Amino acid sequence: MNQSASPAAVKARWEHFPHDADVGVRGFGATAAEAFEHAGEALTAIVTHAPIEPRVAVAVRCEAPDLELLFVEWLNAIIYEMAVRQMLFGRFAVRIDGARLDGTLWGELVDIERHAPACEPKGATYTALKVAADASGLWSAACVVDV
Amino acid sequence: MDPGRFTRVDATTWRVEPHGPMRVPAIIFADEALIRDMDDKVYEQAVNVAALPGIVQASYVMPDAHWGYGFPIGGVAAFDPDQGGVVSAGGVGFDISCGVRTMLTGLKAADVLPVQKALADSLFEEIPAGVGSTGAITLDFAEMDAMLAGGAHWAVARGWGEPRDLDRIEEGGRMAGARPDYVSARAKERQRREMGTLGSGNHYLEVQVVTEIFDDGVARVFGLAEDDVVVTIHCGSRGLGHQIGTDFLKEMVLAAETAGIKLPDRELACAPIRSEVGERYLGAMRAAMNCALANREILGHYARGVFARFFPGCDLPLLFDVSHNTCKVEPHLVDGRRCELFVHRKGATRAFGPGHESLPEPLRAVGQPVLIGGSMGTGSYILVGEAQAEQKAFASACHGAGRALSRHAALKQWSGRKIRDDLAAQGILIRSPSTRGIAEEAPGAYKDVSAVVVAAEQAGLARRVARLRPLICIKG
Repeated sequence: MNQSASPAAVKARWEHFPHDADVGVRGFGATAAEAFEHAGEALTAIVTHAPIEPRVAVAVRCEAPDLELLFVEWLNAIIYEMAVRQMLFGRFAVRIDGARLDGTLWGELVDIERHAPACEPKGATYTALKVAADASGLWSAACVVDV
Repeated sequence: MDPGRFTRVDATTWRVEPHGPMRVPAIIFADEALIRDMDDKVYEQAVNVAALPGIVQASYVMPDAHWGYGFPIGGVAAFDPDQGGVVSAGGVGFDISCGVRTMLTGLKAADVLPVQKALADSLFEEIPAGVGSTGAITLDFAEMDAMLAGGAHWAVARGWGEPRDLDRIEEGGRMAGARPDYVSARAKERQRREMGTLGSGNHYLEVQVVTEIFDDGVARVFGLAEDDVVVTIHCGSRGLGHQIGTDFLKEMVLAAETAGIKLPDRELACAPIRSEVGERYLGAMRAAMNCALANREILGHYARGVFARFFPGCDLPLLFDVSHNTCKVEPHLVDGRRCELFVHRKGATRAFGPGHESLPEPLRAVGQPVLIGGSMGTGSYILVGEAQAEQKAFASACHGAGRALSRHAALKQWSGRKIRDDLAAQGILIRSPSTRGIAEEAPGAYKDVSAVVVAAEQAGLARRVARLRPLICIKG
């Protein structure tokens, strides 16, 4: 499963990759921050493929000693807000400043009929965790999410 | 996996001799076909676990194993604190104390079939399931801590369960040593409105019928006969356990580094049992175990409410409630010496044999019920612990069918709507908020549960007592 910004996009914005029991998420972008944003979309796509209205903005902040651990923190921050607010998020903005990440999540309350949520992310893991840029400068941020 | 990578001990025991940093061998219990179907990552992860400090005897893997995080799902490992042993958040998993309970109904299939559809609809209405569902219970801070300390006892005291259930729950319904004060505010916040909810993914409530009895004597003690209807619930500690897993995984990566433990995989994050982080994790994890025990007790209470409306007087006595994602302190014999070991079971069921002191009197003569969840199409099993499982794998057995295909692959292959219709044609009614969720949990995405339990039986871990087939499946 993957999604492109447009049919002409050279590279998908995000993708899921298989894990025996769970789901891998990978976001792509011109910067690490953009890859993190698109990985947020991949996380939401574990739950639903239905469109999410950006009705409410939620600010999150996390810190970690390196970019890979920061990525896990970012996904776990989204999972936490999904759980306690009973919300789904469809749009993400990320600013990374050294060890710190400031993010904004836009979304709406879960509507069981409209979103038909398939399953619930429990936590981001360190399995298949990788944040890196390839030779062309394209960033990707990936890990397996326990569902 | 290539079976050639192992030394074959017998038809269902395969061994990797210690090499490199391994301190003990890795032993997989499975037949050759199951081994061939397992991902190579299972080998890799079992070998990595064998390298952890203080591991005792072997890194064991059950027949339903698949690729997990750090530890394989289906992994069993015991650590000795006197030998620098560790406790690992990854060795327990995110869904702390996820487990299964089976309740008897005293009904036969012929009693249920005339109301099968209405019963399915009522259960789906009454049991909060899936993302976005909330329970009828909201906990304030004081009640949260009381629940985390009291487990199923707390639920019973609040009227969401029956006192007679308690001795049929592992640990008598309350895990000792729980420390609610070691559970983060975020974990408690995630659980505030989640008591009495089923969750999603592979969690379910099923109404099942006994289709085959393998051991008449044990089945009689368990209260099972052919054509009997039972209710089985599979779920865990919900958001609280997930958040504790997240919190401590992060902390233990640093704790391992501080303790000078080289991790071949960050997901093996662990801390010495006798360390500040290790003790805090154990206290928080035990609190999460109580959360899971309370949650399953409440869900059982809801199921009783629905059944009583359809079948007055039907009060669903509990056969047993057992978890399969835990770390427990247990006495075991190692080289003829009784040791207190910290036994991690991640996707593995404790399986005490006959005579075990912790079993309630009615079950002690035959052994512990080992509840094995299959898939919604192929059925489930009830096994009984074998005495030799103690020596084989610290009294452990498999926990389910184990996935054969990823959710990703399942979604490509099956339509949830078609699965629901096909199963309905076979007399199995599925109720779920999501057809995509049904596709991801398709029966074909799981291994053959019968092959798994036969391998467990041949390996001497647990013996088949009854086979169950679903009539109704409520999926989150």
